[in-house]
Amino acid sequence: MRLLPNVPVSYVFRNIWTRKLTTALTAGGMALVVFVFAAVLMLDAGLKKTAVSTGSAENAILLRQSAQTEIQSGVSRDQASLIETLPGVARGNGGEPQVTKETVVLTAQNKRGTTKPANLVVRGMPQLGLAIRPQVKIVDGRLFKPGSSEIVVGLGVVNAFDGVAIGQSLRFAGREWTIVGHFDAKKSGYDSEVWGDVEQMMQAFRRTAYSSVIAHLEDAGRFETFKAAIAADQRLALDVKQEPAFYEEQTKALSGFLFWLGLALSIIFSVGAMIGAMITMYASVANRTREIGTLRALGFRRRSILVAFLLESMLLALLGGLVGLFFASFLQVFTITTMNFTAFSQLAFGFDLTARIVLNTLIFAAVMGFVGGFLPSVQASRLEIVDSLRAA
Amino acid sequence: MNLVEIAHLTKSYRRGGQVVPVLMDLSLEIPQGDFLGLMGPSGSGKSTLLNLIAGIDKPDSGTLLVGGEDITKLGEADLADWRASNVGFIFQFYNLMPVLSAFENVELPLLLTSLTKRDRRERVETALELVGLADRMEHYPNELSGGQQQRVAIARAFITDPAIIVADEPTGDLDRKSAEEILGLMRRLNSELGKTIVMVTHDPHAVGSAKHVTHLEKGELVRSQT
Ligand SMILES: Nc1ncnc2c1ncn2[C@@H]1O[C@H](COP(=O)(O)OP(=O)(O)OP(=O)(O)O)[C@@H](O)[C@H]1O
Ligand SMILES: [Mg+2]
Repeated sequence: MRLLPNVPVSYVFRNIWTRKLTTALTAGGMALVVFVFAAVLMLDAGLKKTAVSTGSAENAILLRQSAQTEIQSGVSRDQASLIETLPGVARGNGGEPQVTKETVVLTAQNKRGTTKPANLVVRGMPQLGLAIRPQVKIVDGRLFKPGSSEIVVGLGVVNAFDGVAIGQSLRFAGREWTIVGHFDAKKSGYDSEVWGDVEQMMQAFRRTAYSSVIAHLEDAGRFETFKAAIAADQRLALDVKQEPAFYEEQTKALSGFLFWLGLALSIIFSVGAMIGAMITMYASVANRTREIGTLRALGFRRRSILVAFLLESMLLALLGGLVGLFFASFLQVFTITTMNFTAFSQLAFGFDLTARIVLNTLIFAAVMGFVGGFLPSVQASRLEIVDSLRAA
Repeated sequence: MNLVEIAHLTKSYRRGGQVVPVLMDLSLEIPQGDFLGLMGPSGSGKSTLLNLIAGIDKPDSGTLLVGGEDITKLGEADLADWRASNVGFIFQFYNLMPVLSAFENVELPLLLTSLTKRDRRERVETALELVGLADRMEHYPNELSGGQQQRVAIARAFITDPAIIVADEPTGDLDRKSAEEILGLMRRLNSELGKTIVMVTHDPHAVGSAKHVTHLEKGELVRSQT
């Protein structure tokens, strides 16, 4: 059944195809906007992916109440010991609780090729810290020895900083720390960290309390039990979150910033692209006035003309959208290293093109086509037949 | 029986603030199966009258019955549907869609019917054969001569089997030989398929194909001849 007797789609398609130069220019403008739009969404998605993959749902992270980040947090040794006794905490073969007490400190180091120092996250942990983070693997060298001034650095650090080869050393907290290994944290936030023995670090940084405690749970489903036990104990004035939720919150500010930046850029650019589409479509209507009159004389209704021109404009925009997406997909090879201003640390993340972004981007393109083509299409449908047949 | 019955038809255009009367109290009857030639000096209102009969323009007053139906009473959308099934158009400059092939151009009016794709194909092929362009179906208008384009337009005009075919100077842009082919086809549409045709023309040679000729001067019919 046909809802509306419409001008054949081939007519619409071929008119776009015939005007190659105008089509290329108009679609090119659209492609540019779509590229920016998709890039920002991809960046945001990459950021989220990094944040979420930094953590595991089986790990519960405990911070001092209302501390936003590990840097601001403090967990006393007594509190840390209490946590080991709580229900839901996984135990090792010897019955030892799978809890890692960690200290997180910022230190400034020079980035490669600059003399400007950038923040580097230094994390002290027991050796168990590596075991409860299965996504992290030592890819070069070995893990630090307990009780030593040895450290391992993430690949993100290796790529961005000088002097971090195995055998070299970093100087912070008044000590030289020898690098004995590199680890790959699969592009998670840990990739931008330096890890060493927790007790050594606490001495060097003159700390008496841990920054955070991570309890590895028997399984993710035990989290609520564990959380309830913490709430029930007056001595544990701590916030507890599953790691993925925690790390996603860490990037909220940056993500929000990206979102608004992307939105602002896309809106400004899209106005240009829509005006471009509008000019193209007005020209298209003007050039085909006699065709429009003929179609109407043959019995096509005003509505069919409106739909045909709207479709033309939207297809043009979708074409631009596909081109823009095509180029945006190459962004996935790049990695962005930036300051995460919630955690005050370096954060490396990539562009991630998801199916959802493809869909949203194409919808965005189609909407631009619709808006840009609206007035010209209305004009085309309002033409009087006899007037348009008289047109040259 | 009259296919078209026009009574007291008036039509004027507004140009600037001025009202320009084009047709004044015009009455005319066109019998079923007629081939009417409409002549007259430039600006006399021939095209205006033809457009009114074809339902692409609206009169100011008067009645205009085609096949017993007063088309002046039809609304915009109904009139479009009425044209789709009742009128075939032949224009001076052919007015084919440049991006569509000869086949697709002829098929265009059939898209407004409920015919299946296969039925449409069959009809289009028959029509193009009738105008002698069976071997040019996949050609685009810019690959055809003026005369060939006008033959495609003729196929498009009768493809829906309309009650009436209107032609505004159908040979105006053609050389002698092509014009003769076109007129021959129109005579066949009239005699073999029984189509009622109204043709506006300046060309005294072309008007020879018509069964009747009517002269229009300053918006009024001055004389008719057979
Ligand atoms: N859409 C319009 N707006 C204003 N004036 C018009 C319009 N259509 C026709 N006219 C005027 O109406 C008069 C009759 O025009 P029409 O086209 O019917 O003449 P015609 O007999 O077909 O002339 P020709 O032989 O040159 O084609 C002319 O003065 C013309 O300028
Ligand atoms: Mg005329």
